This record gives sequence, structure tokens and C-alpha cells, in this order.
Amino acid sequence: MDETRQADQAVGGGVTRRGLLAGTAVAAGAAAGPAGTTAAPADRAVDVTLTVNGRAKSLRLDPRVTLLDTLRDRLGLTGTKKGCDRGQCGACTVHVDGRRVLSCLTLAASVSGRRVTTIEGLADGGRLHPVQQAFVDCDGFQCGFCTPGQIMSAAALVTEGHTGSDHEIREYMSGNICRCGAYPNIVAAVRAVAG
Amino acid sequence: MRPFAFETPASLDEALRRAGDDTQFLAGGTTLVDLMKLEVMTPSRLLDIGRLPLRGIRVHGHTLHIGAGERMSDVAGHDLVVRSFPVIAEALRLSASPQVRNMATIGGNLLQRTRCGYFRDTATPCNKRDPGSGCPAIHGENRTHAILGTSDDCAATHPSDLAVALVALDASVHLASRDGTRRVRLADFYHLPGRTPHVEHDRSPGELMTAVTVPALPWARRSTYVKVRDRSSYEFALTSVALALDLHGGTIRAARVAAGGVATRPWRLSAVERALTGRPARLETYEVAAAHAAEGARPLTHNGFKPELLRRTVVRALVELGGRA
Ligand SMILES: Cc1cc2nc3c(=O)[nH]c(=O)nc-3n(C[C@H](O)[C@H](O)[C@H](O)COP(=O)(O)OP(=O)(O)OC[C@H]3O[C@@H](n4cnc5c(N)ncnc54)[C@H](O)[C@@H]3O)c2cc1C
Ligand code: SF4
Ligand code: FES
Ligand code: FES
Repeated sequence: MDETRQADQAVGGGVTRRGLLAGTAVAAGAAAGPAGTTAAPADRAVDVTLTVNGRAKSLRLDPRVTLLDTLRDRLGLTGTKKGCDRGQCGACTVHVDGRRVLSCLTLAASVSGRRVTTIEGLADGGRLHPVQQAFVDCDGFQCGFCTPGQIMSAAALVTEGHTGSDHEIREYMSGNICRCGAYPNIVAAVRAVAG
Repeated sequence: MRPFAFETPASLDEALRRAGDDTQFLAGGTTLVDLMKLEVMTPSRLLDIGRLPLRGIRVHGHTLHIGAGERMSDVAGHDLVVRSFPVIAEALRLSASPQVRNMATIGGNLLQRTRCGYFRDTATPCNKRDPGSGCPAIHGENRTHAILGTSDDCAATHPSDLAVALVALDASVHLASRDGTRRVRLADFYHLPGRTPHVEHDRSPGELMTAVTVPALPWARRSTYVKVRDRSSYEFALTSVALALDLHGGTIRAARVAAGGVATRPWRLSAVERALTGRPARLETYEVAAAHAAEGARPLTHNGFKPELLRRTVVRALVELGGRA
């Protein structure tokens, strides 16, 4: 059983809303190209292999499909969010080969063979990643929509090391927009992990 | 997004052999994928150059050499660049966001397209996207548009911060095609819009940018990039200034100054450089020199603030680097 299914398991053992939505999207994704476009000629499909959160995945994809849509619609990993789909908000931040990138501007075909980590793969089994724990402890979110992207960005930032001051943390977290304005607590969470 | 064929050339030679009028090279994709989603760019084939050996940051006989496939973040953090050409490192660090800088390449940065809202919206006319259709910006939304190098047919700014730093340093780009290789000064590479805003630079569709070279300039160790924008990060420039100063005993022996956010291509401020040369490094000198910054400017209806903002940005950069004395 993969990570999302575990996370999404219904309380009463029935079908979850998220599972149902994801299932619908998978069906639509397989039949057509990316949302709202005409189907690609079948001979243009490309074979893509990805290691997502440690698991090898082999997919046949329309080359127009982004990494974001692949994760959400084909692999059911809906933790990664689609905010703007234009590179302007950071909600879709994931790690490719350990570097934080925007999955909405990444064509899945262009990262074939690479290692992808999403918010679902950040925890170590049942133990939250220190950045996840810090977001909980510091109340680093309100509605939570931007949070997976914030946490993926912050986890990379802690490794990159630009956490010398609050000013530096703000600058290096500026690629993640929060419409709720949870910024002070997000900065506090990053500071708590960076020490 | 329109359908296209995705190709992964295994070598530079193969990439050049396959390139043509209907192709685009895919580097970081941060401009290209965005504009393909908007159907502003509609190539029928993509050539993925992400794995080609277009890497390397090194010094060759005092010239700095940067592979066109190097990522913005790697160049911004590279010791050699930080120490010898801080203006390059700062221009990159003040660009976009950490995630975009991890994806985007030097070649792609120099070839990114304008952020003019009409250019990005296929429901409106735009001479750059659709030659001859007209320019709604001239009498429309033009607050962020250019005041220098404009024409009646286009006033779009060139959005790259890096290009401004590189033009100040008199850098060159290296291009390769099936017919061989050539080198072009970056200052000559970009065209003014004139009557043909869709012709943006001196590059044929099949030409691949392989590298950028920056000639030795020992005193560029004293250089900086100042960027003024609507919010303090993750935003394009309203005005920006790249500055390098050769200071000796309180006198400016030489200066390099270029401006961004105000012109249709990265704009070298030669008159400002001349007014600084041989003068004492103090506020009065800076103000006299900065008065030349917006010479020839043609503000539009909503960007009348830009000439004064540009002059002040020049002074601020000079104070930061040369001191107030
Ligand atoms: C939200 C956002 C904010 C941004 N803010 C800034 C900013 O403040 N300052 C700034 O300077 N930039 C900014 N950018 C622009 C960003 O820097 C560029 O999109 C990026 O540098 C493009 O590089 P890329 O490798 O992703 O190019 P791609 O998108 O892959 O390519 C862009 C174009 O260049 C061509 N190309 C790429 N490499 C080569 C090559 N080697 N030879 C020939 N052709 C090539 C492609 O075919 C394509 O036409 C921002 C972008 C976004 C999305
Ligand atoms: S300013 Fe240039 S890019 Fe913008 S609408 Fe006019 S022609 Fe198009
Ligand atoms: S969804 Fe990718 S940056 Fe907004
Ligand atoms: S918590 Fe709501 S958008 Fe950030």
C-alpha cells in the first residue's frame, strides 16, 4: 500500500472523498492530455521512469504533462498543491535529486530517471521530519493550502544553510506565498529547526 | 498547451542537427513551459538540453567562463563569481525565487521573454507575439514598461537582471550551430524593437547558446547590483542598476554602469560612466552623474516615475559602493 492510500484510509473503512476525487482524475488523465487540452497523438507519448519517495514508477505520458499533474493525477499524491500553475506561488514545490524546484513548470518527461521527493515522502516512517514538527509546534499555517510547499521549501533551505537571520530566512522563503499571511510563524518554524 | 514531440538529443552535435525553425531548446523550462501553457510559444518539437554538457564555471587566462546550462543558483553561490564579480552573484540572488533559480539556466535567463501582460495574453494584440497586430501597451497598462529604447510599436522591458550585470561587464555569448561557432558581445546581441519587436536578438532558431564569457576586470571585485521593485523579493525590477567602481584614494578612476527595468534591452549608461571618471567619490559627483541616467527617456502614460526612480537608484548604488565621503 503506498503512502497516500495509508494517509487517506477512510475512518469507517469506506471510500474517502480524496480517494474518489483522485480516482476520477486518474481516469481523466489517462484518457486525455493535461486538463483542458486536446489529446496528443498517441505516437508522441514518452516513457518516463521516476523514483518517487523511494519507489520506482514507470509511466507512459503525454509529453505536455507536468511533474505536478503526474504526481497528483497519475500517482495519487495530492499533497503537492496546485496554486497558480505558473511558477508564481511555490505551492507545488518538491525536491528533484534533493533540490527544491517547482513541479508546475517541470515537464515530467524532462526529469525521467531522477529522484523526486514530495511532502508524502518527507517523514521517516511514523516520525515527522523536523521541519514538519516545527510547523506543528509553531503554528506555521492557517488554511494549510500553501503548507506542503512551504515545508518542502523550508526543508531544503535548512540544508542549503541560508538561515543566518530572520531577514535571510524571509528572503530564502520568498518563493512560497501564503495567502493567509502565516509568515511570522513560518519564519519561527524555520528558525526553530535551523537553531 | 499545443501538442509537441519531446526529443532528448544525446549529444551537442545531435541537438544542433535536430534544431530548426519549429523547435525550441528546453533548459530549465521556467519561461518556456509557462509560455507554452499560455500558448504564447507553440513549438512543434522540444529538444531537451538539460543533460547536455553545457556546464562549468572557471577562469581561462583571466576570462570568466560560464556554461550556458549552469543553474542560476549554482552560479550565484560560486566562490569565483562571488569574489571576482559580486555584481553577477547579486543580480542572480535578487532574481526570481530559490526554486526558480534551482531550475533556470544562464542561457535560458538571457533568452527569457518579456513579462508584458499583453504579450502573455493571446486574447489581445501584440506586435512582439503577432507581428503587425498593434501594441495595446502604448496607451494601456504600461506602468512597468520601458522608457528607453522604445518605439511606437513596442515598449516592453527586457526582464533579465543577469543581462544587466553582464552588459556592464561587457560579456559575450557563444553560439553554436551546424555551421560552426561564433561569439557576440551581449550588448550587440539584443535588438531594439524598432518596427520589428518580434526580432529580439541576433540568434537563428537553430543556434544553441553554449557559454557566456566575462573579460577580466580586476576592479569588478568592487561591484554591486541594486534592484527596486514593488515588493522586496520574488519580483521583477521597476528599476535596477549594475555598478562597478575603480576607486583609488577617494577618486573614481573608472566606472561601469548599466540599468534594468527601464529599457527594451539591458542599458549601458555610458554618459553616467563618463561623468564619474576622474571625479572624487562623493555625493555631489554621484548626483551630477546620475542626472545623465535617463537621457533620452520617453515615459508613457503610467511610468512617468521611472526617470527619477532610475536617477535615485544610480545614486543609491554609488553611495553603497563608493561611500558618501
Ligand atoms: C515567477 C517568476 C519570477 C521571475 N523573476 C525573475 C527576476 O526577478 N529576474 C530575472 O532575471 N528573471 C526572473 N524570472 C525569469 C527566469 O529567470 C527565467 O525564466 C529563466 O532564467 C529562464 O531559464 P530556463 O533555463 O528556465 O529557460 P527555458 O524556459 O528552458 O528557456 C527559455 C528560452 O530560452 C531558450 N534557451 C534556453 N537555453 C538555451 C540555450 N542554451 N541555447 C539556446 N536557446 C536556449 C529556450 O528555447 C526558450 O526559448 C522569473 C521567472 C518566474 C517564473
Ligand atoms: S509593449 Fe511590446 S510586448 Fe507589450 S503589447 Fe506592446 S508590442 Fe507586445
Ligand atoms: S503552482 Fe507551481 S508555483 Fe504556483
Ligand atoms: S496557510 Fe493558508 S495559504 Fe498559507
